Amino acid sequence: MAEYTITETVDITDVVCPVTFVKAKVALEELEDGDILSIRLNDGEPVQNVPRSIKEEGHKVLKLTDNGDGTYELIVRKVGD
Amino acid sequence: MAVDLAALKKGGFMRQKQKNNFSLRLRVVGGNVTAGQLAKIAETAERFGDGHVHLTSRQSIEIPFIKLDQIEEVKEFLAEGNVEPGVCGPRVRTITACQGSAVCPSGCIDTYALAKELDERYFARELPHKFKFGITGCQNNCLKAEENDLGIKGGIKVKWREEDCISCGVCVKACRTNAITLEDGKITVNESLCNFCGRCFKSCPTEAWDTINGYIVSFGGLFGNHIAKGEPVIPFIEDHDALMRICDAAIEFFDENAKPSERFKFTLDRVGRDKFIDRIMEAYNNG
Repeated sequence: MAEYTITETVDITDVVCPVTFVKAKVALEELEDGDILSIRLNDGEPVQNVPRSIKEEGHKVLKLTDNGDGTYELIVRKVGD
Repeated sequence: MAVDLAALKKGGFMRQKQKNNFSLRLRVVGGNVTAGQLAKIAETAERFGDGHVHLTSRQSIEIPFIKLDQIEEVKEFLAEGNVEPGVCGPRVRTITACQGSAVCPSGCIDTYALAKELDERYFARELPHKFKFGITGCQNNCLKAEENDLGIKGGIKVKWREEDCISCGVCVKACRTNAITLEDGKITVNESLCNFCGRCFKSCPTEAWDTINGYIVSFGGLFGNHIAKGEPVIPFIEDHDALMRICDAAIEFFDENAKPSERFKFTLDRVGRDKFIDRIMEAYNNG
């Protein structure tokens, strides 16, 4: 497993689809190529769909961890400027 | 003059309430119509109809209020724009399809290419009763495959490729049937739970899956006076030629066994699903 240092975090548990992805996308836009974003997201639809949407945008998903409280942490490396 | 309504119906002209007025059903494949065809259809509706068209529940277009004595003229006019009449009555109907993998990120098969192929192979083939094909690209089932006499649904069969996996765990959550578990860096897929949706592969950051795109075929669906969900015989068909053999076998079985005006489901119920399953398995295995 590659090591990484989190550059920025964003919490998308306070919004619902499709704003979940929009909020994550906006957070990624603020970052530089290679930066690491940690996204806190809810179980259910967000955790099912947001990782794939981020992949389809061309970024690199590194890890998904279960926080044990109905939320997850998705670690993403920004690809591109 | 006696009007042969059956012949008109066969040619796509549907009798209206209004005497000597017909609604002309057009031949549409997989729900795709070019802008040029649309322009011709619009012109036809303006000139020969009452200026509107109707979008049917199965992806066709009908031009209502065509006058009986102008039917031939309308056909010639439409032909100039590469628009053909469709069909109604006891035969293979419009082949419907979602946008499929050519356009939709969720698509697992090229539904439009398959719709064109089935259209060329079967469209308007005479049978004891109507016979509907519908093709949907994935488990989202936008095209409602199982409501057709023969429904085709795209799917992806997956096999985990350990060397490319980063154990991120995304696939475990992307799977909606809880078929995937991740333990000590190893992925296990419970094949009895997998519905071939392909979400694990599509969401995987490293695409650490070997995949086979294929077809889930259901038989005997209908959604009219009676409602029944089509049921598959084979869980997943990997091979295009096998798919075609199975479609041939199903349609021949219907042709040979159905009574006039009997939908496929009722033929299967009456003749026996076992007999049908034998026929399909024979077609599947004899490549």
